[in-house]
Amino acid sequence: MEVNFWDPKIETLPQQDLKALQLEKLKKVVTLVYERVPHYRKKFEKAKVKPEDIKSLEDVVRLPFTTKEDLFVDYPYGLLAVPLEEVVRLHTSSGTTGKPKALFFTKKDIDDQAELIARNLVMTGTTRGDVLQNSMTYGLFTGALVMHYGAEKLGVLVIPAGPGNTERQIELMKTFGTTCFHMTPSYALYVASVILNKGLDPRRDLRIKRAYLGAEPYTEETRKKIEDLLGIDVYNCYGLSEMGGPGVGFECVYKEGLHIWEDAFLVEIINPETGEPVKEGEIGELVLTSLNREGMPLIRYRTRDLTFFFTEPCACGRTHRRISRILGRADDMFIVRGVNIFPQQIEAVLMGIKGVAENYQIVLENYDEMIVRVEIDREFFDGRIERLLKLKEEIVEKLREAILVKPKVELLEPGTLPVSEGKAKRVIDKRTL
Amino acid sequence: MKIKQISVFLENKKGRLYEALKTIADRGINIRALSIADTSEFGILRMIVPQPEEAKKVLEEAGFTTKITNVVAVGIKDEPGGLAGVLKHLYDADINVEYIYAFVEKSGEKAVVVLRTNNLDKTIDLLQEKGVSLLSWEEIKEL
Repeated sequence: MEVNFWDPKIETLPQQDLKALQLEKLKKVVTLVYERVPHYRKKFEKAKVKPEDIKSLEDVVRLPFTTKEDLFVDYPYGLLAVPLEEVVRLHTSSGTTGKPKALFFTKKDIDDQAELIARNLVMTGTTRGDVLQNSMTYGLFTGALVMHYGAEKLGVLVIPAGPGNTERQIELMKTFGTTCFHMTPSYALYVASVILNKGLDPRRDLRIKRAYLGAEPYTEETRKKIEDLLGIDVYNCYGLSEMGGPGVGFECVYKEGLHIWEDAFLVEIINPETGEPVKEGEIGELVLTSLNREGMPLIRYRTRDLTFFFTEPCACGRTHRRISRILGRADDMFIVRGVNIFPQQIEAVLMGIKGVAENYQIVLENYDEMIVRVEIDREFFDGRIERLLKLKEEIVEKLREAILVKPKVELLEPGTLPVSEGKAKRVIDKRTL
Repeated sequence: MKIKQISVFLENKKGRLYEALKTIADRGINIRALSIADTSEFGILRMIVPQPEEAKKVLEEAGFTTKITNVVAVGIKDEPGGLAGVLKHLYDADINVEYIYAFVEKSGEKAVVVLRTNNLDKTIDLLQEKGVSLLSWEEIKEL
């Protein structure tokens, strides 16, 4: 596989050097917010920690977390670490209720994020001469503009299409020979279906080679589907406005997890209940500290997104660690017999067992009884009862190993459970206290 | 000498057995023999019907999970020790019986028993060699 680099030195910097660089930057940013941002000073004082207490990367756990709620204290300008005149851009992120989160960027912040995007694009094979159709929303949302600046920095021709008007999207693709596009996965599925319904052969009539899909979680199956429909490579990208928008996590050509640029972010994965770091490879909440940002740096920001670290180094040679695609939200977690469990852990176990279909449901009953209801795979049924009993036993055992709670398992006929649609209701809590 | 049997996976849900039986009844398929193996949460309905493929099709259309497997049908003298004699042959030959159930037979001279073992070919050879009567598919359909 062809592996390209934008900045080979930093992208392949040995972990040890990367860690040293992170420590140096962490000290700097912690000092910056302590001195310039009253809210952070208060938080640090409350946690009885001073910038000089950060002597190693491990000391980061002494720092207080930043949550979404912190962004609304002294709103909107209170978290600025620079005078207002140095800030050149506002982006907002839609909160589910009330005011939007307000994020500010200096000129350097914008350029730094563009640099990360340039690395990401090159990492997936995009070069000068490519034509990128940017079909995310231009405006307050970070998605389109940040990608736009990054692509321009690399020297790619950008078509600032914005979302919607599918007929025009396809016309642009045809007329200008679009080679890559940036969209949400759900819109990409729709555009692909319209392309095919028009009788176009995307492999012959269009020049698209790859797509960058992000801004909402999607599954491996959706990726494969879009890849097959259009005959292209789909790369998963992850970002959040709080951390500068897209480009925080990005897949390389191997498509096995998303690299996070560790010279720009300090990455932690924690147990959302206790705040303690999880063991490497375990699922937890992603926590990010911006190491380069000067306008509005955020320390240990709780993303609420669930992921895990890949433990093996990546075949592409980049030393920056990889996280899994986003598996869900920290709010999905539930507690049984004192143990924290994510539906995603259960899903991961079930998907690894032959004989199990895609659908499952978790029912919690009084006295902390956990029942995992699993549909069997039609093909697996051979008329023998032992085979089903063995399957049941295997599921119980593997779940117990993974979550440390022994569940009751019920085997169901395929098609019994409601069909999953992204955020299907997987957990039914019938417990009454 | 192998007989086709249809197995249906049934989760333990009210009315599920009735729905399965009604589905094949509505298609005019008559059941020759039937057995249910069950655990606390699910069961397997096993049937011998004259049109197993058709039964499979209608059941799957109705959302059931099914499988057609081979079994043997053994004709046994209707007297004490008839079945035990057959089982002795299998036991001596180290063949394990996975399950067994009896047939409805109208003429009343012989009892018919459905057998599934861990080695069906060996079972057929052995029982034929020992002079045990095995029923053919045609005979089953005639019953």
